[in-house]
Amino acid sequence: MNDVLLTIILIVLKLGLVLGTVLTMAAYMVLAERKILGRMQMRYGPNRVGWGGMLQPLADLIKLLSKEDLIPEGADRWIFMLAPAISTATALLAFAVIPFGPSVQLFGRTVPLVICDLDIGVLYLFALSSLAVYGVALGGWASQSKYSLLGGLRAMAQMISYELAMGLAIAPVVMASRSFSLTAVVEAQQTLPNMVRHPLAFLIFLVAVMAESKRIPFDMPEAENELVAGYHTEYSGMRFGMFFVGEYLNLIVLGSMLTVLFLGGWYGPLLPGVCWFLIKVLGVAFFFIWVRGTLPRLRYDQLMAFGWKVLVPLGLLNLLITAAWMIWRG
Amino acid sequence: MGLWKDIKGTFLPFWVTLRYLFRRPVTVCYPERKQPPAPRYRGRLVLTRDPDGEERCVACYLCSAACPVDCISMQAAEREDGRRYAAWFRINFSRCIFCGLCTEACPTLALQTTAEYELATRELLQVVCEKDELLIDGCGKNTEYNFYRLAGIGVVAPRGGNPGETPPEDIRTNMP
Amino acid sequence: MATLLFYILAAIVLMAVLLCLTRNNPVHAVLYLVHALFGLALLYFLLGAPMLAAWQVILYAGAIMVLFLFVIMLIDPDLFEKKASRGRFRWLPVGFLSGALLACGGVLIMMDPLAAGGIVRYRLSPRAFGRALFDEYGLAVEILSLILLFAAVGAFHLGRRHKGKEDAS
Repeated sequence: MNDVLLTIILIVLKLGLVLGTVLTMAAYMVLAERKILGRMQMRYGPNRVGWGGMLQPLADLIKLLSKEDLIPEGADRWIFMLAPAISTATALLAFAVIPFGPSVQLFGRTVPLVICDLDIGVLYLFALSSLAVYGVALGGWASQSKYSLLGGLRAMAQMISYELAMGLAIAPVVMASRSFSLTAVVEAQQTLPNMVRHPLAFLIFLVAVMAESKRIPFDMPEAENELVAGYHTEYSGMRFGMFFVGEYLNLIVLGSMLTVLFLGGWYGPLLPGVCWFLIKVLGVAFFFIWVRGTLPRLRYDQLMAFGWKVLVPLGLLNLLITAAWMIWRG
Repeated sequence: MGLWKDIKGTFLPFWVTLRYLFRRPVTVCYPERKQPPAPRYRGRLVLTRDPDGEERCVACYLCSAACPVDCISMQAAEREDGRRYAAWFRINFSRCIFCGLCTEACPTLALQTTAEYELATRELLQVVCEKDELLIDGCGKNTEYNFYRLAGIGVVAPRGGNPGETPPEDIRTNMP
Repeated sequence: MATLLFYILAAIVLMAVLLCLTRNNPVHAVLYLVHALFGLALLYFLLGAPMLAAWQVILYAGAIMVLFLFVIMLIDPDLFEKKASRGRFRWLPVGFLSGALLACGGVLIMMDPLAAGGIVRYRLSPRAFGRALFDEYGLAVEILSLILLFAAVGAFHLGRRHKGKEDAS
């Protein structure tokens, strides 16, 4: 009985820790993005609320919560109300399989620092990221607004195209580590991160991840100077907030994916594993923000052509070469 | 060569943004630090006095006519000695667009712009300024100009006593 | 336990498909189909093939249904004229289905389908799945993929826009 209790306590502890960390990180990611972007444009960014703007996420939250929750006339009410939840939930669920550290000794037993080490963790992540389209697409459709519909359509087309490239980039990694489990993938990178071993796959994955996160330079679904705000044009209050938080949660998810699959997960010199993991995720997030501050938005046809005509063939080629190399090496 | 240019064009911007990340922002944090406006900044309007300390405004209505948003209104009056003045003078700053056309129209340099720009208030009637709020004790930008001395009307000095004027001819001494 | 779960899931899938077939609104129909596919994925998981379940979600729910949705949104011109159906309890079927699916999923995660006994003989590991796909039935898979490729090329050919005669040749 005591043993069962301990197990439940450990699970709840891990869940709470991960959820708390991730949600706080998402909130502060918004602030970090605004600050870094501001500094890149020689502005300060938000610096009024709290010490140097540190309470800005809280102020944003209060503002969003106190806004009126508008549902457009003629909207499909239930789908409209559920779409942001899908968007946020798929992002949050992804953290269930992400290993953020090596196993630790706790209460006299070995505790792996992952909520649930699925043996098909890679596929689980992949499935969730492909389900994330539904939030965006249904939100866009249910709003009964043309801008939203266009945004949803673009999001669907873009995410399907880039998911293919993403899958093709993951395949060599899975082949090299001989497992779909994320822990095994990380452990296979103990000596050398996959980024060095599979540079082409890394680049393809990086681009695909950026497209998947619907951020500049791939922010066609919400291109604000064409589509007002794309799929969340009609949303207000906390429903918009959920889309917004979902986007930044997604940023962390994709950062974690990149870290686990290509940057060597928790491995690194000197510091403990969890620290290295956080550093790497934050580094990836900074890189995304940096890209946003630097690159302009692609045109829609360029985006689709790049996905289908460059990334997918390159991914296939890379897969072929890796497979041939593995067979040749035995 | 084209490919090299493309690659450079893709990666150079990253270096630029990274450099700018460590630059000092040009933002002036407004309520704590205030940027002094340019000397000819067009802010709140004032009515100035001439060097003798009298009101410059002669209530000619030119400013009111020039104003594109009709925010200036006044009532002309005349003193016993013939000097004109505005019985009341009102500028509605909630309507003013700070274009400065009134100051250009003013023949006596009475109406002038200042660098004061913090006019925002929650009380709308606070920005409707009457003459006593507009009138200041100085000459403004021009410290010498005195309309009545140059116009040659015997208000400030007897006729002919103003600068650049010759005294009037005494017709009795002018007989053949 | 596992047998009971199997029948519950099967009932959910059947219900979802029936609802899908009877909907007026094509998007709602697609959503019910997604429910059905999720139910199928859970069935696969229950029967000891988590890998297949994952592929089911990725491919069918994540890609093909999204394509359906895409095409429906793209070509249905009177989508905007359609009034959303009023009615207080029209969320009931979808709510029931989603709730039941979530509950089944939760139960499935909590209990190990192998240990529950009954219908599950062994657990299909990704390795065994790959072996079956590319060793045992390798030829069949290749032939199937070739047929799909032909279909894709044919569709591309039919959908090509003919610009005058010299292009058509």
